[in-house]
Amino acid sequence: MNTPANLKYSKTDEWVNVDGNIATIGITDYAQDQLSDIVFVEIVVAVGDTVKPGDTLASLESVKAAADVNCPVSGKVVEINEDLAQTPEVVNNDPYGKAWMVKIELENTSELEGMMDASSYEKYCAERSH
Amino acid sequence: MFIPHTDPERAQMLQTIGVKSLEELFKDVPEAYRYPQLNLPPALSEMEAIAQATSLSQANEHARELICFLGAGAYNHYIPAAVDMLLRRGEFYTAYTPYQPEISQGTLQAIFEYQSLITALTGMDISNASHYDGATATAEAGVMAYHYFRGRRNKIVVSPSVHPQYRATLKTYLAGYESLHIVGDEAEVDPLSTPDHLLNQLDVNTALVIVQHPDFFGRIFDYTALAKAAHEVGALVAVVVNPLSLGLLKPPGQFGADIVVGEGQPLGIPLSFGGPYLGIFATRSEYAHKISGRLVGETVDVAGNKGYVLTLTAREQHIKREKATSNICTNQGLMALASAIYLSLLGKSGLRKVAELCYQKAHYAAEEIGAIPGYSLCVNAPFFHEFVVCCPKDVAEVNEHLLEHGILGGYDLGRDYPSLRNHMLIAVTEMNTREEIDLLCEALQEVSHD
Repeated sequence: MNTPANLKYSKTDEWVNVDGNIATIGITDYAQDQLSDIVFVEIVVAVGDTVKPGDTLASLESVKAAADVNCPVSGKVVEINEDLAQTPEVVNNDPYGKAWMVKIELENTSELEGMMDASSYEKYCAERSH
Repeated sequence: MFIPHTDPERAQMLQTIGVKSLEELFKDVPEAYRYPQLNLPPALSEMEAIAQATSLSQANEHARELICFLGAGAYNHYIPAAVDMLLRRGEFYTAYTPYQPEISQGTLQAIFEYQSLITALTGMDISNASHYDGATATAEAGVMAYHYFRGRRNKIVVSPSVHPQYRATLKTYLAGYESLHIVGDEAEVDPLSTPDHLLNQLDVNTALVIVQHPDFFGRIFDYTALAKAAHEVGALVAVVVNPLSLGLLKPPGQFGADIVVGEGQPLGIPLSFGGPYLGIFATRSEYAHKISGRLVGETVDVAGNKGYVLTLTAREQHIKREKATSNICTNQGLMALASAIYLSLLGKSGLRKVAELCYQKAHYAAEEIGAIPGYSLCVNAPFFHEFVVCCPKDVAEVNEHLLEHGILGGYDLGRDYPSLRNHMLIAVTEMNTREEIDLLCEALQEVSHD
């Protein structure tokens, strides 16, 4: 399982990469592995939307399940990854790279403090695998 | 009564759960209600029961014995004998898509063929494996549009010339969507107005526009301009069709429909006192993830052989639960198969021929009826095989007289549209001969003389 050290992680398996006040969000390697082959990605927010923790950012369908991508932070959507609709498989192949889903301009960077770092997240995943 | 358990089996079950007798099992039911005396007539033998059921069924008036001019959504068409013959094969005889679908390749292939025929007929990209009937398929179009816009658009515009029962079902299905408004068919709107009157209802809050083709009154409109206006405000367009008319008329896909729904009964399904019928639902491929119901897809297995699967099931309610667009997956597999057999038997030219016969006979009937003193045609647009006639008397009274002549008269529009009192909707199909139409005219003439 790949868990980059520079990212923050949520309990619902999203990762956040913070650059200045912009947070890029996607789903983790653990999440894509659990879902198996992703066949459909639908970003359900639009640029300009205001979002808060718990809001649904995207809806995923794999060959065996459906899942939502939850928003871990508050802010304004500044960019969405339009390419994913055509290439849902990159969520499996490159979950931390090409499969970024939404970029959010953060309203309150202190929200990130409540998120897990890579080692806590790995431990969290290991606990659930048993 | 057939009860499969033997006495020893029952004794064993009682012993397993630790109860001495069957009576003890029911001891929680208050004694006064436990073994009530039922006041029933003596039991009948099978022979007697059949005789009684037959005599009851003979009290029905049905389209096979009467001359039928009643339509309004369910039509009396000829059904080739092969439809029933194939339909009743044991391998096919189920209303459902199988719960372990991939082992039932024949059923899946039949559904795939049905879907392919429906897309060809409607001009859409995909069709689901069907709904209960035209009314529920129409309601699902509303549900889909609502979810497509994730509730951000709160208005559905529906023409008053969409079947009244379909509109009622749409409103029932959507009653729980509190922010959603259904407009366009208010009581004060002239039911016979043309589609243009819907234009001023369109705005950026409109999720869906629903029209019917041919409409409930049989009229044919070109909805291109309406569809264009709807798309300009970002709304979707659903067209309710009579699939049989598409043998002759332009498919709604060509005038910009995003969703095509309809009642599949005219395609080889008997009237049967109202059901089971077939709900058709087809749309463009970009909405594949938003539609309800089952979808069968064609694929290849590991050995490269052609095979059929249920596809895109992740959108369905058993996986997506409360987030699924619709909680209806039930379909009319057997009726879908009937329509697929019917369409295959007739082919493109056969379907066109049936539609042409309906059209021509209806136009002959309209011309003759319009010439009878006291009756007038209430037709402000081209029509397919149904038309509105203004009668000199109450429609129920006219129909009573027609029935004395063995004629099942048209639909009383006053039942749904108060402004159309004394207006009858007359349907003519390939089943009606010229003699029957002439007989109808004679009988109508008699009524106006009474």
